[in-house]
Amino acid sequence: MVALTLPKNSKVGQGKTWPKPEGATNLREYRVYRWSPDDGENPSIDTYYVDMDDCGPMVLDALLWIKNKIDPTLTLRRSCREGVCGSCAMNIDGTNTLACTKGADEISGAVKIYPLPHMPVVKDLVPDLTVPYTQLTTIQPYLQTVSPPPQKEWLQSHEDREKLDGLYECILCFCCQTSCPSYWWNGDRYLGPAVLLQAYRWLIDSRDEATGERLDNLEDPFRLYRCHTIMNCTQSCPKGLNPAKAIAEIKKMMVERRV
Amino acid sequence: MTDMQTPLRKIRGLGAAREGTGHFWRLRVAAVALIVLSLYFLGFVISLNGADYTTVHAALAQPFAALMIGLFVLVGLIHMRLGMQEIIEDYIHVEWQNLVLLILSTFFCVVVGVASIFALLKLTLGG
Repeated sequence: MVALTLPKNSKVGQGKTWPKPEGATNLREYRVYRWSPDDGENPSIDTYYVDMDDCGPMVLDALLWIKNKIDPTLTLRRSCREGVCGSCAMNIDGTNTLACTKGADEISGAVKIYPLPHMPVVKDLVPDLTVPYTQLTTIQPYLQTVSPPPQKEWLQSHEDREKLDGLYECILCFCCQTSCPSYWWNGDRYLGPAVLLQAYRWLIDSRDEATGERLDNLEDPFRLYRCHTIMNCTQSCPKGLNPAKAIAEIKKMMVERRV
Repeated sequence: MTDMQTPLRKIRGLGAAREGTGHFWRLRVAAVALIVLSLYFLGFVISLNGADYTTVHAALAQPFAALMIGLFVLVGLIHMRLGMQEIIEDYIHVEWQNLVLLILSTFFCVVVGVASIFALLKLTLGG
């Protein structure tokens, strides 16, 4: 549902301003969204000062510096710290991106950090991604064949393999998914850019034999056609992929099979 | 999850409608047709700027002009109806409101369409 104002229990208040680290000269201000399921309080924005001479260049470095040196209760997901796992996706300086590949020097002024938009929050910067993960399972993101399996692997020409470039690199961080207004308003029925990009990755895989069934499952005013080419997905993708184009290609296949 | 339903049940919902491509395609075909039709309509209206009733009447009595303007109205209304459906589906999530608005939007387009065609026929064929 369109939500122009936040529900009462989601209104964000002013949080704590943590003391500046002593003796530091190169300080950077971080304003971080905080919410805990345990205290019954509304979310708030805490202000931290990070000593940049003692901290790595990326936003994730600063968050971990805060967690280690100022406030161990700050909660976030991270794993690989080099942009291949997608765990540290969050909204930084107004854009969904990966904290580990976003340099603090790319941002002017205070660094503002929120969890991915329009997802239920588990705690602080950790969103509940159950819905998008479930949506991913419904497009069956694996090879489906009917022909008897070959002696070795399923073969693919170099040209057909090239068609997967720009699709296979997706790390499922859901930066695009949660940047899409159509997904905000209809996330229960619209599959969203990340899931549709995965769907297209299997639709054009030359080895897959379930193309028709896959298209059947997508052909729906909500599952596919809520995409209005807003392009937030493409703009936010931290891997430089183009989910909007993948969705347009699916629509082309839909038209192609009936005209 | 207080309702004890699995996320998968909710996401699968009632299944894929197996349609939507027709709507998508019609909206685009109408858009292409409207490029030509609306340019013609604009040109027609501008060329008659300040003209008196007899001149306008004579211009509209030309079969080609009447046909193009009739098409502009019809295709424009089809495009509007399809587009309104997209907007209503995007933003209105209470089911009965959604249905009422879709029906009203259809009625509106039919009434405007019939009235416009009637007026056009009267001008073209009538005295």
